[in-house]
Amino acid sequence: MAHVDRQTWDVVVVGAGGAGLRAAIEAREAGMRTAVICKSLFGKAHTVMAEGGIAASMGNANENDNWQVHFRDTMRGGKFLNQWRMAELHAREAPDRVWELETWGALFDRTADGRISQRNFGGHEYPRLAHVGDRTGLELIRTLQQKIVSLQQEDERDSGSYDAGLKVFQECTVTRVLKKDGRVSGVFCYQRESGRFFVLEAPAVVLATGGIGKSFKVTSNSWEYTGDGHALALLAGAPLINMEFVQFHPTGMVWPPSVKGILVTESVRGDGGVLRNSDGNRFMFDYIPDVFKEKYAQTEAEGDRWYEDPDNNRRPPELLPRDEVARAINAEVKAGRGSPHGGVFLDVSTRMPAEVIKRRLPSMHHQFKELADVDITAEPMEVGPTCHYVMGGVEVDPDSAAATGVPGLFAAGEVAGGMHGSNRLGGNSLSDLLVFGRRAGLYAAEYVAALRDRPAADPRDIDAAEAEALRPFSAEGGGQHADRGPAENPYTLHQELQQSMNDLVGIIRREGEMAEALERLAELRVRARRAGVEGHRQYNPGWHLAIDLRNMLLVSECVARAALEREESRGGHTRDDHPDMDRRWRNVNLVCELADTRADSGEADPALGQIRLSRRETPPIRRDLLELFDKDELVKYLTDEELSR
Amino acid sequence: MSERQANQRAGAYQAHFRVWRGDADGGGLTDFEVEVHEGEVVLDIIHRLQATQAPDLAVRWNCKAGKCGSCSAEINGRPRLMCMTRMSVFSRTETVTVTPMRAFPVLRDLVTDVAFNYTKAREIPAFVPPADLGPGEYRMQQEDVNRSQEFRKCIECFLCQNTCHVVRDHEENKDVFAGPRFLMRIAELDMHPLDAAPASGLDRKSTAQDEHGLGYCNITKCCTEVCPENIKITDNALIPLKERAADRKYDPLVWLGNKIRRRTE
Repeated sequence: MAHVDRQTWDVVVVGAGGAGLRAAIEAREAGMRTAVICKSLFGKAHTVMAEGGIAASMGNANENDNWQVHFRDTMRGGKFLNQWRMAELHAREAPDRVWELETWGALFDRTADGRISQRNFGGHEYPRLAHVGDRTGLELIRTLQQKIVSLQQEDERDSGSYDAGLKVFQECTVTRVLKKDGRVSGVFCYQRESGRFFVLEAPAVVLATGGIGKSFKVTSNSWEYTGDGHALALLAGAPLINMEFVQFHPTGMVWPPSVKGILVTESVRGDGGVLRNSDGNRFMFDYIPDVFKEKYAQTEAEGDRWYEDPDNNRRPPELLPRDEVARAINAEVKAGRGSPHGGVFLDVSTRMPAEVIKRRLPSMHHQFKELADVDITAEPMEVGPTCHYVMGGVEVDPDSAAATGVPGLFAAGEVAGGMHGSNRLGGNSLSDLLVFGRRAGLYAAEYVAALRDRPAADPRDIDAAEAEALRPFSAEGGGQHADRGPAENPYTLHQELQQSMNDLVGIIRREGEMAEALERLAELRVRARRAGVEGHRQYNPGWHLAIDLRNMLLVSECVARAALEREESRGGHTRDDHPDMDRRWRNVNLVCELADTRADSGEADPALGQIRLSRRETPPIRRDLLELFDKDELVKYLTDEELSR
Repeated sequence: MSERQANQRAGAYQAHFRVWRGDADGGGLTDFEVEVHEGEVVLDIIHRLQATQAPDLAVRWNCKAGKCGSCSAEINGRPRLMCMTRMSVFSRTETVTVTPMRAFPVLRDLVTDVAFNYTKAREIPAFVPPADLGPGEYRMQQEDVNRSQEFRKCIECFLCQNTCHVVRDHEENKDVFAGPRFLMRIAELDMHPLDAAPASGLDRKSTAQDEHGLGYCNITKCCTEVCPENIKITDNALIPLKERAADRKYDPLVWLGNKIRRRTE
């Protein structure tokens, strides 16, 4: 233990995407010495992949827009399972978070009168997404990165050191949140480059680690998305909610195989792109669900008119929320009306002149040209569903982003649960990152400022974390589990996990398959104990993957267990054996907690389930928020008993 | 049908790869025979090597879609993103050699220490918000933001920094030269319609020349050639910046104005 370097900070932020960087800025501006830890280089976080835009009801493109309309759309998109207070705060604060970015140097696309341009997106009633072509995430991450650099420049002027008040530890990974007497005391980390361990002692830790997509085979997510924050929270004793809700984005690339899953932005549809099956039909008109019947065009002619005259026409069904579109594509392919490589056709070439396509969708034009030899200005794309986003995550207090039951632990962005309910609307992620990233940083700073004493990291916990991280090096010969079987290749284990989750807990779910998934996960957990690596600790990807497997196996079990339990279909959870939405399930959150607090400390039996599931009723929606909806609509979601309250 | 036959039908073949392996103390090229499937890119092959032959092969990557700029390397001597280099650009019998970026110190295998770039980023003064405009009050025309937006497409892959001959073979120039990426950042801020740097007494053009080594650039356009985002770094950022810097430097009125303003501050 003595050889593990220890540093003291006020707030530690885990993750340097939109939520993490926004949290760090807020904590630093509140006077806290703040450390950011990220797995990749500074500025490479998965947020750069976001394409379409940031949803905020600024009303620049349609003055009828306001936070109440945005709130309504968000609740509808999430099928009313959303933590309504989070949805309210998000809708109210998103415009301020976008405007603030301009004061830090962001350059959004403009309207004719010089304000921030806003585009249409699925599930949003008005054009609402602030954007920069189709590279909005890059603009967001670069703006936050440059704001952080500007704060570091201030610190350098004042103290002579860029890193005095705000430091980024890049290419470092946290493997444990440390606690003392129930409160957060810091994090245990390793540095990628050297393999060296270190501890950052801090009374407040903000988890901003993003999602879990790397547990699935076909995904739009990068290698970083291994559910680290979800697992760190579980291991620290904080519950996760809504883990059964996984968003499959309807349009990922399907060919060539090596790029299968890479995202095709929803802006393609927002700007006029249409979906067709192999018969050439715009099949989405056949898939408008009852709850949305009044809000979507019934004919192609009406849908086409909407782009020019949205006040007198209804939007085309290509712009239904993502869960609806993904299921429809899945059904078309299954019915034998798919494209040659197992997707459907997404076409802009017949809808817009080539020059407009290149200007509005430059990344898509580039991506298809370079990776698939497809010129999207001349021919349709082939697209199909891809695992994109997890709605579930750490249960948090809606106002402060504090995790339940672990003082000092906060979570923001994709790793936090509740905000998006059962399905997230496009564009609501970037705004979520900014709104709740800021809140997490603010309340973490408040929490630290109010402390009278700071919990110290326990040397025994540091030793245990070190032993856990080093276990893959002793898996072969002489290791404590060597007697149970040969060392396992972590890459093979990862591939088997991804295949299992894809096949058995994917976009359409069945009871028997999910039960089988749980059995396979148990078997993989046993084998993962023997995941071994070659070589040494310096920049060793095999070792890093062996460590990440713990996290992926934990969150995969959460997804499978919760999905098996929820016997209805809603948003990002579709049960073949329970195809209807059931109002009695609306106010039920499924809560995942660690079944055995020794889980994966080397003592718990990996063959046994690691996750305990319970049900929690959500608080009733505040009356003034309910009154934003017509009663006719509410009866589709709320039980008669809830309505009569 | 056997797996091998299936692969052949799908266009799979064995390729010959040479990958640089080693660390700061030295290393060399290692030969691999590795399977390639239809539609794959160089990064797919590096991943296959990790999964089947060299589990500790170090490579930096993230998005695998040309958006994050992490997987920069030199492929057959050309600086490129591994995720955007399709195997179909090579013949099946051609040896594909992958080496780390040359201008930066090697950490391990294909991973280099790119700290130089983060150091330079900190030396460029940040955007200065106009004092009289609050959040939500910014008004800019699209045609006025187009120029800076082109430069903000930069994914910071640092291939231009790696290629620029001012530093590629001249370690000694690194102290005084920001490199194309960060000279372009200065141009971006200088062309931002609402940047209030001039009002705050900061002349970005002259600092580009005096503090960030713009004069070292002799517009050979190597940076533009390797840019995976096709940003016209030389034509649209560096040359205009040079012209503006020259205007300032040799315009006697500007020179006099600067002198007077400095004295009165």
